[in-house]
Amino acid sequence: MYRNQEAIAVGACLDMTSDDYIASTHRGHGHCIAKGCELEGMMLELACKEDGLCNGKGGSMHIADMSKGMLGANAIVGGGPPIAAGAALTAKTLGTGGVSMAFIGDGASDQGTVAEALNLAVVLELPMIFMYENNFYAEFTRNPKPEGRIAERAGSFGMPSVVVDGSDFFAVHRACREAIERGRSGGGPTAIEAVSARYYGHFEGDPQAYRDEAELREQREAGDPLPRFLADERASVLDAARVADIDAEIFAELDRTVELALAAADPTPDKLYTDVYVSYEGRAMQ
Amino acid sequence: MKMSIREAINLTLHEEMARDSRVIVMGEDVASGQGGVYGITAGLPEKFGVARVIDTPITESAIVGAAGGAALTGLRPVAELMFVDFLGVCLDQLLNQIAKFRYMFGGQARTPVVIRTMIGAGEGTGPQHSQILYPMLAAIPGIKVVAPSNAADAKGLLAEAIRQDDPVVFCEHKALYMTECDVPEGDYVIPFGRARTVVEGSDITLCGLSRMAVLAAEAAAQLAADGISAEVIDPRTLSPLDEQGILDSVAKTGRLVVVDESNPLCSMASEIAAAVAEFGFDYLDAPIQRVTAPHTPVPATPCLEKEYVPSVSDIVEAAKKALDY
Ligand SMILES: Cc1ncc(C[n+]2csc(CCOP(=O)(O)OP(=O)(O)O)c2C)c(N)n1
Ligand SMILES: [Mg+2]
Repeated sequence: MYRNQEAIAVGACLDMTSDDYIASTHRGHGHCIAKGCELEGMMLELACKEDGLCNGKGGSMHIADMSKGMLGANAIVGGGPPIAAGAALTAKTLGTGGVSMAFIGDGASDQGTVAEALNLAVVLELPMIFMYENNFYAEFTRNPKPEGRIAERAGSFGMPSVVVDGSDFFAVHRACREAIERGRSGGGPTAIEAVSARYYGHFEGDPQAYRDEAELREQREAGDPLPRFLADERASVLDAARVADIDAEIFAELDRTVELALAAADPTPDKLYTDVYVSYEGRAMQ
Repeated sequence: MKMSIREAINLTLHEEMARDSRVIVMGEDVASGQGGVYGITAGLPEKFGVARVIDTPITESAIVGAAGGAALTGLRPVAELMFVDFLGVCLDQLLNQIAKFRYMFGGQARTPVVIRTMIGAGEGTGPQHSQILYPMLAAIPGIKVVAPSNAADAKGLLAEAIRQDDPVVFCEHKALYMTECDVPEGDYVIPFGRARTVVEGSDITLCGLSRMAVLAAEAAAQLAADGISAEVIDPRTLSPLDEQGILDSVAKTGRLVVVDESNPLCSMASEIAAAVAEFGFDYLDAPIQRVTAPHTPVPATPCLEKEYVPSVSDIVEAAKKALDY
């Protein structure tokens, strides 16, 4: 789901701690992992199980972990930025030195809520980062905006904005480090447009007939951030054997958590009525 | 001709666009791809061009508002709000703008806009993609609300929605798209405010809205096996609501179960129960039973979602309770 956009989440979250916040999107699995959510709780939530991060009530599009500053994936396109602005307000008001980041798709960038959050962040000088992920598609529709337009638009609200290659971990990380430092030191919000290409279709089994086949093939190859990361001399501390070890470790952990999730218990029916403000269970109303 | 609700809506959009050049279709992904995830608008851009079948940015406020503005000034837009949940994004344009024009402007303005939207649970898509919300809409004066439960009604009611002159929210239950029935060919228009008798019966009335009309019919079949004759009524339009049609049925049967997939507080089930209690008290031989979802958000996990949505056995149980009273 997040394939080929991994460098964005990793680069963005690397300099953040659990006291910093992110508000994610419907394409949130990568953001969760990068922000430090435990794979086990995530997998259980993906499988909608009782012990998932949200007890199975949120599922894939709503994974959240307050203890990690992960304020939730979001099934409402454009729903996250105002929430992230609120979290930035908390950090600023309480003087925690924390920052808040909203992930925003190219499609989401058009939403009125995003424009309102941009403006609010400037007006209140919030420690916030608008992390745009421009993969040039929103469902089946190609984004007609030229590269850089999103950053330009955000910049016009009165905040620094940059365009980076979203497949280049080091470029993303450098831009985010600067933005995070700006936020922590009271310098206000920043916008970053990370350019990448969506690898898969919008849903499982989407044949992507609306995309040019040759272009897609080219983008898939050129957009893979891992070979680019490994080819960079800054990654040279990792030799091939170490990379293979890491891969094996991660695959084993994925297999373990997937198996665990599939075998885990479903929520019991009474859980339907928990975590509500007023329970009508057993009352005449129910 | 036998067709699914999905096909009936697609066919009606084709027919109405061909009949009236002022009809346009707009929304996210209505022209691109396969006509949306469910292919509802498939074939329209090829037939009528992208000037009349318009892909919009993901901006529900602007989609709904602009459809309203275009309707106010001479077009007859059919705008798509992909999921009714996204009402949260664009409510002002509907609630304070579109719904008010005719009355607030002293009758000079008409706003023939149709907002098609998907409702309902059953796909495991969680709290932000599974709601019903039509009671909220029906509570707003100035909007008509329609929720068909079969393909023939979908065709007739959509044609009426497009041809009449007021704002309509047309609620399509996503778990019903593939259900098939015979659909009259050619011009077929159903006036708003007339309930349909799905099954005739004499012992009890089961009034089901949207998908719940289908479940009520299944419940009626089960009750029939126990020798109980249940009448099933589908109001089809929630605003205007055919109170008389429901009362007439209750006058005959003396008992009422209302089945509504929405949350119980301020639901259509409550509204219908109130109307029958107020105007049909003398007909009733037992307390009115409401079968609704619980007062919770829709959980993502399929096992709880199944508990959440009213089931055929919930309806049968409520009917027996009324009959045993
Ligand atoms: C308010 C709202 N409108 C529409 C949708 C349906 N929808 C889900 S994802 C999506 C495309 C989003 O595109 P983009 O922001 O570019 O993110 P990407 O999928 O490319 O990561 C749309 C239209 C939604 N979930 N919420
Ligand atoms: Mg995109």
